[in-house]
Amino acid sequence: MPLDQSFVGRSYPPTEPYEVGREKIREFAEAIGDPNPVYTDPEAAKALGYPDVIAPPTFAFVVTFRDSSSVVADPELGLDYSRVVHGDQKFAYSRPVRAGDRLTVTSHIDAIKSLAGNEVVTVRGEVHDEHGEHVVTALTTLVARKAEADGTDEADRTDEADGASGTAGAGEEGGE
Amino acid sequence: MAATVAYDEVEIGTELPPRSFPVQRSTLVQYAGASGDFNPIHWNERFATEVGLPNVIAHGMFTMASAIRVVTDWAGDPGAVTEYGVRFTRPVPVPNDDEGALIEVTAKVAQKLDDRKVRVDLLVMSSGQKVLGMSRAVVQLV
Repeated sequence: MPLDQSFVGRSYPPTEPYEVGREKIREFAEAIGDPNPVYTDPEAAKALGYPDVIAPPTFAFVVTFRDSSSVVADPELGLDYSRVVHGDQKFAYSRPVRAGDRLTVTSHIDAIKSLAGNEVVTVRGEVHDEHGEHVVTALTTLVARKAEADGTDEADRTDEADGASGTAGAGEEGGE
Repeated sequence: MAATVAYDEVEIGTELPPRSFPVQRSTLVQYAGASGDFNPIHWNERFATEVGLPNVIAHGMFTMASAIRVVTDWAGDPGAVTEYGVRFTRPVPVPNDDEGALIEVTAKVAQKLDDRKVRVDLLVMSSGQKVLGMSRAVVQLV
C-alpha cells in the first residue's frame, strides 16, 4: 500500500525536554565500551573547553528516536511498522550534547519514497537546548521492507534494479 | 573544542589508526539498556530467527557508535565531529558463544574542506563483509 504523500513536509510539535544527566552519559559510554574521560570526568571535559561532560556523538539518537518512531507509527501514514528497519542515520552537530542539557526534539517528515517495493521515510529531528539554540539535527531513514513475494508484489519487481543500493530489504537494524 | 590534529598536517589518503571492536551477546544487552532500544532481534534468538534473521544481530546504532571511535580517538576531541552519517547495509550477527562478532574499522581522510575541516570515510567490516555503507564523518581540525 503506498504511503500518504501528503505527510511530506509535515512537522510535529516539540517534545517535552529530555534532561541529559552525567550518569546517563556514563552508562551510554560504558555500553559502547568507550573509556574516553571526556564522557565521564567533568575535569577532562573542562580541559577541552566544555562546561560539563559531553556525550558520544551517537547519543543524540537516544534523544531523538522515540519521537521519530512515534511519528512514523501514525496509522494515517500507512507504514507497516512491523516491517520497519533502520536504513540510514545522519547527524549534523552545532555542538556536542552535554550533561545538564534540556533538549527538545522537533520532528519533520522530509521524504517519502518507494524504492524497489520498499517504503522509505526520512524523519528529521531538530534538537534544541533550553535556550533555543540548535544542538544537533538527526536524519533518520526508516525502511518498511516489502512483503515477501506471494504474488501481490510482483508488480513492484520492475524497479528493483535501481533500488536503494542494497539498503532496502537487507534486513539489518531492526525498527524501534 | 580542540582537536589535537592539525589540518595542515593531514593529506587526502591519511589513514587513521584502525580498530577492532568485539561484540558479544552481553554487549547487546548492555547497549539495549543504555540506549532504550529493546527490540528483541538484538537479544532473543528465537524471535530473531522467526523474523528471518540468521541470528541475534547487533544494534545498527551500536555499530555506528563503535565505528566513530576511530575518528574521535584520532581527533582527540569527540566534539570535533560536526557531521556523521552511515547506511546500514548488512546486519552483524552475534553468535551465542565466547567470541561473538568483531566489528573492524578502518578510516582515511577523503577530502579537505573549507574552515579546516576534513571528511573522513570509514570502512566498517564484520566477518569479511561491509556492514555500513556511505559511512562518513566531517571533523573540525585545528
